[in-house]
Amino acid sequence: MLTQRTRTSRTGHLPLRRRLLAGLAALPLALAISSTTAWGNPPTSEVNTTGLAVTDDTVQVGILHSLTGTMAISETGSVEAEQLAIEQINAQGGILGRQIEYIIEDGASDWPTFADRTRKLLTQDNVAAIFGAWTSASRKAMLPVLERENGLLYYPTFYEGLEQSPNVIYTGQEATQQILASIDWAWNEQGARTFYLIGSDYIWPRTSMKIARIHIEEVLGGEVVGEDYAPLGHTSFGSNINRIRLRRPDVIFAAVVGGSNVAWFRQLNAAGINGDNQTLLTISVTEDEVLGIGGENVAGFYSAMKYFQSLDNENNAAFVEAFQERWGADSVIGDVTQAAYLGPWLWKAAVEKAGTFDVDAVSAAMADIELTTAPEGYVKVHPNRHLWSKTRIGRWNETGQADVVWESDLIEPNPFPEGYQ
Amino acid sequence: MDGFTTQELMAILAMQGFAGVSFFSVLLLMALGLAIIYGQMRVINMAHGEFMVMGAYATYLCSITLGQFPGMTDYYLFLALPIAFASAFAMGYLVEWVLIRHLYHRPLDTLLATWGLALIMQQGFRSIFGAREVSVTVPGWLRGSYQPTMMIDIPLNGIAILVLTLFVTLGVWWLLFRSRWGLRVRCTTANREMSGAIGINTKRVDRMTFALGCGIAGIAGAAFTTISSTGPTSGSLYIVDTFLVVVFGGAGSLLGTIASAFSIAQAQSVMEFFMGGSMAKVLTLLTVIAILLMRPEGLVASKVRR
Repeated sequence: MLTQRTRTSRTGHLPLRRRLLAGLAALPLALAISSTTAWGNPPTSEVNTTGLAVTDDTVQVGILHSLTGTMAISETGSVEAEQLAIEQINAQGGILGRQIEYIIEDGASDWPTFADRTRKLLTQDNVAAIFGAWTSASRKAMLPVLERENGLLYYPTFYEGLEQSPNVIYTGQEATQQILASIDWAWNEQGARTFYLIGSDYIWPRTSMKIARIHIEEVLGGEVVGEDYAPLGHTSFGSNINRIRLRRPDVIFAAVVGGSNVAWFRQLNAAGINGDNQTLLTISVTEDEVLGIGGENVAGFYSAMKYFQSLDNENNAAFVEAFQERWGADSVIGDVTQAAYLGPWLWKAAVEKAGTFDVDAVSAAMADIELTTAPEGYVKVHPNRHLWSKTRIGRWNETGQADVVWESDLIEPNPFPEGYQ
Repeated sequence: MDGFTTQELMAILAMQGFAGVSFFSVLLLMALGLAIIYGQMRVINMAHGEFMVMGAYATYLCSITLGQFPGMTDYYLFLALPIAFASAFAMGYLVEWVLIRHLYHRPLDTLLATWGLALIMQQGFRSIFGAREVSVTVPGWLRGSYQPTMMIDIPLNGIAILVLTLFVTLGVWWLLFRSRWGLRVRCTTANREMSGAIGINTKRVDRMTFALGCGIAGIAGAAFTTISSTGPTSGSLYIVDTFLVVVFGGAGSLLGTIASAFSIAQAQSVMEFFMGGSMAKVLTLLTVIAILLMRPEGLVASKVRR
């Protein structure tokens, strides 16, 4: 699967000789296009004043995720979604009459490598935009390079917030969108008054739980009866489960990640805690994770996400069909995969609004870009460079899909929530 | 603790006790293979986790192959355990022959070489099975819990791993201390030249010892598929705990490994109950370091003359 994918990616950088040959072969075509340029496409000198890799009929972008290493599990779906979006845009005629070519780089689950590959994409390849990064650590590593070399990054993961860079568009939810809405749901719809917070021990769960605790205790007036962090990769949750039993929370609010998730849910079930007798709300489980955990172990538990594969709307039906046609009928699509799919489309809309590929102009044009074709429904870019989005509560069933039981209104992104820091 | 009856507190105490025992069996199963390899041969096998992952993938293959036959999903584990053992054993045999036997007198080089081997194996798993984690369907009889009273839930797969660990430990003990082969292994560990002089084929002993250690890692991997998922890099999650147990217990001593797994598991699980996972881990590691400072040879010192 992976080898095949890496092979397809090579089209981005063919050896020079083959590129020349391909260029010669495409000469008649290029002539035809240049004649259309005369009455359709703006000339390259107009849409590219800063030396980006833009020609009369192509524009280059970068895709930078972990193809190897521990994060490859999570990032694979994002690479697939970004490739699909680019191929679909190309099939519709590209952007400003130019076909998008992508260069895939491997961040190898190593944060300095992400910075290094970003530098390569921006200074050697002169890409017009980068779709990539997954963990906050990799984004933080890329950030200084992006700001110095003036690149543009579309970042797909839901994350802890507290960041807003002119060089990044955040297509996933920031913490408050996901957390406040889902806790309000538990409070109002489930009548929950006591919460037990548990997560893996690193920045995202810690920041998320901090926000959750303030919201529960100070805004709603409820009670946090326990807060617990397990080291990354932890697989023995017996003691944690006994602590939870002792506190008897109305809701377990969980942000356990990675392989730990599988152990956590299996052991909950083995201990007799399941969807029938306990409300559990998690902000870290998407369809991708359920694939590993097994539908029977999460059945009846709830996830708070902006997107579920089972969303019932026309955009999503078309997206799921196209994705499974391209990447296999048994592919599952999680929240981040969908957010990654939005990246190229948002970039296309901004480039067309700006009428140029120049990073500053595109960046300035990002605010208030709308997409009505997003699988998650309508999205709009906020001036703070995050997306307005809805938060949904999905209830997992045995087949590994979620039934959406509740949906919020469009929520304004608020990466620097006052009173929650 | 108000609002709880004594009965409820006792129930939680009982379950907490079992959580510790269950963690103990996991640690011991992880460490047994390495206790043989590191303890008897002084080879620092950094690829030990990868041999576990190999057993886990063998189990995964068994589960999808046998899962196609109706009625077999409940029993594939009985076939998977020997297959996991055999595949890891065969791989270990090969690795010893190709790589390890050339490095016996250079312990630091074995560390590097086996670390390289670990990376190669990881990429191999990734190419064959893909980067995503896989997990097996846990047989029906391993799901859920045993309820001796209304309030106590003892997870069934915890019990199963405990039983398996018991069998494997007894097996290793019998092999090392009651079989002819074990006698040869212990002879070779004690004095290689003399063992060779009295007619023991020490090279063969080395190869079998290494392969056996790897095979046991394979069994551990098969058992862990019922707890957690398996990915190409899962092995690196196990390796630290594994070395911790073996070094803390005292290399070369089976009893030490058992004592060390027990004390680490109980300490961590009790502290976890009172102060949460990360803090418990920190305190456990600090305690282990402190004890190792005072007793560098580990809990149970082996009486091997060096």
